[in-house]
Amino acid sequence: MLSPYPELVAAGFRRYASYRQAALAGLSTNVVFGLLRAAVLTAVLAERGTVGGYDLSVAVTYVWLGQGLLTVVDLWSDRELSQRIRTGDVVVDLGRPWDLQAAMLATDLGRAGNAVIMRLVPPMLFGMVFFPFRFPAEAITWALFAVSAVLAVVVSFGVRFLLNLSAFWLLDARGVLAVWGTVGGLLTGLILPLSWYPARAQAVLAWTPFPALFQTPIDVFTERGSPVTLLAHQLVWAVILLALGRVALTRGARRLVVNGG
Amino acid sequence: MAESVYARIVASRIRSQLAYRGSFALDVVAQLVGQAIELLAILVLFTQVGSLGGFDRSEVVLMYGLAATAFGLADLTVGQVEQLPEYIRTGEFDVMLLRPLGTLPQLLSADVALKRIGRVLVGAGVLVWSLATLDINWTPLRVLVAGLAPVTGAVILAAMWVAANCVSFWLVDGREVASSVTYGSNFATSYPITIYGPWLRRLMCFAVPGAFVAYFPALALLGRPDPLGLPDALRYASPVVAAVAAIAAGLIWRSGIRHYQGTGS
Repeated sequence: MLSPYPELVAAGFRRYASYRQAALAGLSTNVVFGLLRAAVLTAVLAERGTVGGYDLSVAVTYVWLGQGLLTVVDLWSDRELSQRIRTGDVVVDLGRPWDLQAAMLATDLGRAGNAVIMRLVPPMLFGMVFFPFRFPAEAITWALFAVSAVLAVVVSFGVRFLLNLSAFWLLDARGVLAVWGTVGGLLTGLILPLSWYPARAQAVLAWTPFPALFQTPIDVFTERGSPVTLLAHQLVWAVILLALGRVALTRGARRLVVNGG
Repeated sequence: MAESVYARIVASRIRSQLAYRGSFALDVVAQLVGQAIELLAILVLFTQVGSLGGFDRSEVVLMYGLAATAFGLADLTVGQVEQLPEYIRTGEFDVMLLRPLGTLPQLLSADVALKRIGRVLVGAGVLVWSLATLDINWTPLRVLVAGLAPVTGAVILAAMWVAANCVSFWLVDGREVASSVTYGSNFATSYPITIYGPWLRRLMCFAVPGAFVAYFPALALLGRPDPLGLPDALRYASPVVAAVAAIAAGLIWRSGIRHYQGTGS
């Protein structure tokens, strides 16, 4: 039998490719926020030439990569599974001849692949044209960045999957997802570079999966720190989160009671 | 007559939200945290530098307090306008057009999200703390500015959002364009406009009057010269700007309604 997963990646890609006007409108938000965030970081660097190892070119590269990765990594919009758990539709998903977690990851990778073209490349180009963008010094960095971005999507999926699964216990995961929506940006390095935080906060965050979502791929691209260590951190968390997701899914499914059988 | 209808509608919306107390409390907390995140970001920035765009930490926090209170009040009262694309798509807006009531008030009272009070609380808390701890030379005029600024700021933001959401009358999926104005304005008004380049600054001073939400009132309260050398009268101009913005938004809304042709299916 053919594996359904490559098909699911393609389906995820196509599903989002059909909303072209929405993607264009979304880009306008990314660009507006990119301009505002770049202005804030530039103002900080005007007071002190470098902060936390960031000079002007690294800072603007950070901003435009972050705005681009925003939709690729996707912190916020994924709440479908929790709704299907609440309504009970998840029974159908669990009954299909696939591994639910793998199927959802495949679809999410397809979605992210589409977002790379529609939402990552344009803000990056915008930054390259209008700002002192920092291009990687080594050609290999582009490849490492691609790997890191994929791992960032997997880690983000792992976090979202777990948060959505909380609906098995809470019935309504909206509160949990709302809290993640607010603190996620700060913990992952989307709002400010993590190296600008107080040392103690940085030390704590290094032990969490959060930097893997935004700060790590950006660090890889701007060639800050050893890429092997950075990618290893992402890989370890990807594995841990996917394993936790598996356990949580099995446990949660056991709680599921369906009328009539 | 119409007023009492709205009073009843709004009262019923509020009652319905208070029915689920636990869920409501959680929602308020999420809004509170959401608004506080930006303050946290400002505080982190000031661990690295002593001033931003020529203003020190307490001065930027004052601007944040003014901006956040105004944003919270605007979000509480007209935040519902963000749902316009949804109402147009489902055809519910067409129903509103048929009722003998104004379309904008109907839309705004269709769902009053009381949880947004969380944002007002954060903003007002920071504002009061700022006004109490900053060394402000209080005069009757400054008291007036401090009292009016959150309200005029809210009117300016509300007018901007209503005007921005009117794109939905022309574009099918204008939601993201409008939300870049909504949330962009929340972010942009929390910082002194001196940090923005000349282009962005002109846009925020004159095209989109964001600078009158927090920056100019803060200058009036602090009694310090404008680093940009803009005329002193501007710092007291927020009420006038608010009135003009509200009228402009009303006109844009009307012309939007006139152009509106329904979704066609």
